[in-house]
Amino acid sequence: MLSQRWIEVLVGLFLLFALLALAGLAFKVSGLTSLFPTKSYEISANFEDIGSLKVRSAVKMGGVQIGQVSDISLDPATFKAIVHMRIEDSFNQIPDDSSAGIYTAGLLGDNYIAITPMYSQSFMKQGSQIEYTHSAMILEKLIGQFIYKMGGSANDKEKGNENAPKAQ
Amino acid sequence: MINQLALLGAWWIDVLRELGRSGVLLYRVLFYPPQIRRGFPLLLQQVYSEGVLSLLIIVVSGIFIGMVLALQGYHTLAKFGASQQLGPLVALSVTRELGPVVTAILFAGRAGSAVTAEIGLMKATEQLSSMEMMAVDPLRRVISPRFWGGFISMPLLTLIFNMVAIYGAYLVGVKWLGLDAGVFWSNMQSSVEFHGDIVNGVLKSIIFGIAVTWIAVAQGYFAVPTSAGIASATTRSVVYASLVVLGLDFILTAMMIGEW
Repeated sequence: MLSQRWIEVLVGLFLLFALLALAGLAFKVSGLTSLFPTKSYEISANFEDIGSLKVRSAVKMGGVQIGQVSDISLDPATFKAIVHMRIEDSFNQIPDDSSAGIYTAGLLGDNYIAITPMYSQSFMKQGSQIEYTHSAMILEKLIGQFIYKMGGSANDKEKGNENAPKAQ
Repeated sequence: MINQLALLGAWWIDVLRELGRSGVLLYRVLFYPPQIRRGFPLLLQQVYSEGVLSLLIIVVSGIFIGMVLALQGYHTLAKFGASQQLGPLVALSVTRELGPVVTAILFAGRAGSAVTAEIGLMKATEQLSSMEMMAVDPLRRVISPRFWGGFISMPLLTLIFNMVAIYGAYLVGVKWLGLDAGVFWSNMQSSVEFHGDIVNGVLKSIIFGIAVTWIAVAQGYFAVPTSAGIASATTRSVVYASLVVLGLDFILTAMMIGEW
């Protein structure tokens, strides 16, 4: 039987271990950056189609992450998607005529928002809205268009072949 | 016909009676104010014997479960060219399900059975009644510290299991199979949510802790005070605890799934 003192020490170590594991799970596994979120401001943008953009998706500028999507909702009148983004306060000099587009990381990766800066001298601030947006590229739609065009050109060729013998 | 019906009825009344007794026991453990001064060393002793001594089996099974999950997951994901998603696969399945459930079942086998056997033997050798003779409440002296000790140990063990299992997966996925470490962690971070996944997993383990230690304590306290009685009480403690954990897990998951 261990003495009470040793038991206390071991239980203390056990508790410490568990708290370390909790900290590891919080910061390393779930990517909780800090308990007190960095100062940020919120901007919004309306998109025709957001594809599979989700809350917490990245907002990037020149490939560097500057914030994340905080909320997605649907405008009941125009049926456009309203995307709210939290941008870190250190990036507070984004020209207010910048445009936003939704892109995909790799062929099957996550969607993210890329903001392309323009040349205005006034900057985005809390509550501003991005006017110029490009919708997400939906792979299925592109393939659909591609096949449609392929079909169209094949028909042309057939017509061409029909025409060719007549010409001979 | 009537006889069989009567048998069924008697069995059901028995079940209800046992549930009622255990419920009263739980109520008394929960709502009789513990004496902090005298109770604390006893509680520490139980956290030691239920929590610290369970660490070995928790850590070893955690690391192997993480490793085997990574190995299986990697080869299946690689067929679809999605082996970068190994991190989320392992982290989500461990923090949501495997961590709380496997820890609870191991805990029932390692600590719950010991508690049942100890209390049952105390009862069989009339230690509990002699305590009562000396005006020491066995509920406060024996039952309550064991219950609270398990209640405290369970979530802590789950946290350790989760972390160890994820590092086990890291070992196999990154060090052995050659996945990129940055991809492993960053994909994990982008899909695991602290509140929805980790906190809910810990919440589950707290509820499992209550269930497992309650069953263990009640089975010991109401054991038939013979050697055969203690043996069957210990068996029942482990079997009931494991079944209850699996059933509760389904219910809790169904309740939490709205948030995912």
